[in-house]
Amino acid sequence: MESKIRELLAKHGGLPVAADLIADDADLYAAGMSSFASVQIMLAIEETFDIEFPDNLLNRKSFQSIAAIVRTVEVILGVSEAAE
Amino acid sequence: MNISTGASLSERAQRVGAVAAAHADQVDVEGRFPREAVDAMITERLLSIQIPAGLGGENASLSEIAEVCSLIGQSCAAAAMIFAMHHIKLSSLVSHGMDSTWHRAFMRRICERQLLLASATTEGGIGGNLRNSICAIEISGDRCSLEKDATVISYGAFADAILITSRAHADAASTDQVMTVFTKDQYSLERTHVWDTLGMRGTCSDGYLFKGNAPAEQVLPKPFAEIAAQSMLATSHLLWSSVWYGIAVNAVSRAQNFVRAAARKSPGAPPPGALRLAEASNLLQMLKSNVVAGLKEFEAAKAEPDRLSSMGFAVSMNNLKVGSSEMILTIINHAMLICGILGYKNGTPFSLGRHLRDAHSAQLMISNDRILGNTSNLLLIHKQDTSLME
Repeated sequence: MESKIRELLAKHGGLPVAADLIADDADLYAAGMSSFASVQIMLAIEETFDIEFPDNLLNRKSFQSIAAIVRTVEVILGVSEAAE
Repeated sequence: MNISTGASLSERAQRVGAVAAAHADQVDVEGRFPREAVDAMITERLLSIQIPAGLGGENASLSEIAEVCSLIGQSCAAAAMIFAMHHIKLSSLVSHGMDSTWHRAFMRRICERQLLLASATTEGGIGGNLRNSICAIEISGDRCSLEKDATVISYGAFADAILITSRAHADAASTDQVMTVFTKDQYSLERTHVWDTLGMRGTCSDGYLFKGNAPAEQVLPKPFAEIAAQSMLATSHLLWSSVWYGIAVNAVSRAQNFVRAAARKSPGAPPPGALRLAEASNLLQMLKSNVVAGLKEFEAAKAEPDRLSSMGFAVSMNNLKVGSSEMILTIINHAMLICGILGYKNGTPFSLGRHLRDAHSAQLMISNDRILGNTSNLLLIHKQDTSLME
C-alpha cells in the first residue's frame, strides 16, 4: 500500500522534492504539500482503494505523513482497529 | 495598576465604545490611528483579557472577546478591528506559546504594560496567500534575524510588537513557515505603501520593509501551519464577523431611529421605511445567528486539536466569513434606503457613509473569492453535514 500511496503522492502532491525521497514520518505539509494538493491526493486514494473518507478522519493529522496516510487508509479498510 | 474594578467586561467595552464613537468620524476623515479608543482599551485593560489568569490575564473566552469587538464595532469599526486583530495575534500566543518560557514571560508583560500586538503575514510577491512566504528567518547561534517586504502591517507604526511569518529556514518550502515575535526595540520599519483607502482608514495598514533581529527563542515553537489551522483562521473569521455585526447593528439602529422619528411626526400613517426596517431586522438576526453559531462551534471544538484542524470546521468557518461579509452590505444598503438623503449625507445622526465604506473591506480581507475557491476544493471530499442541532 505504501508504494501505491507514494505513487499517488508523486502524481498529485505537487511537492518540490521527489516522493521517493520523503521519509515515512516526514511532515508532508512542511515538505510543501498545499491544501489543494492534499485534497487531490485524498480523491486519488478514494478512487484507487475504492473507499470514502469519513469526516472524522478528514483532518490534518490523518494526512500529515505517508505513515499517517497508510494508517488512515488501513483504518477505513478495517485492516487496523483504530487510528491513534 | 489602573484596573477598572467592579465593572463587567461589557461595561468596560461600552466605555471604550463611547470614547471611540466620539472620535470615529475624525479618525475616518483624517485616516489616523484611533489613539483615544486604543488608550481607553489600555485603561480598561482590555488588551490582556484573553491571557490565562495564571499569567495575569482574565481567561476571557473567544465569545467574550467577540462581544467586545461587536460593542466597539458599533462605534468605530477601525478601533474594533484593531482590537480584533490584536486578539487574533494573542490567540496564537495563548494557544501555541504556553510551553515556551520566553512567550509565557512575554504574555505577563502584555498584561502588565497592555502591549498592542500587530501582525505581518502578507508579503510582496505571494498574492495575498498567508500560507506562503518568500522571506526566510535566519538563525545563527542564539539570535534570529528577518527581513520582510510586508505589503500590509495594520497599525504597524503604533504597535508594541509584531508577530511575523516567514519560511522556517533558507531551504524551506514556501509553505514551511514559522511565526516569530519581535518587540518594538528589535525591529525597524521603512514605509513602502501608504494606506489611503475607502474605509477602515483608522487601521493605518501601511506597507513596510521590516528588518528585525532578536533572540532565537522568540520563534514560536510550532509550525505556522498548525498555528494558522488551530487558532488564527478561525479566530480571524469569528472576530472579524463580530466587528462587522457591530457595524450592521449601528446602521440598523440609525435606521430605526429615523423611522421612529418619522412615525412620531406623522402619527397614523406608517412611515415609508417601516417595512424595510422589519426586513433589515430580519437580516440582522440571521447575521447574528451565523456569528453565534460559529462561536459555539469554536468553543466546542477548542479542546480537540483534530476537530479544529478538520475539514468540516474549515468549511464552516469559511462559510461564516463569506456569509457575514456579504450580509452586512445588504443590511447597510437597507438602512440607507430607509434613512434616504440623511443617511447618504455626512454629519447627520443618520449618516451611513462610514459604515458602508468600512463594511466593504469585509469581502476583501482574505478575498471571498479565495475563500470560496478553498471551500470548493474541500467540498470535493468533505461531505455535507446534514444534522440541524450538531
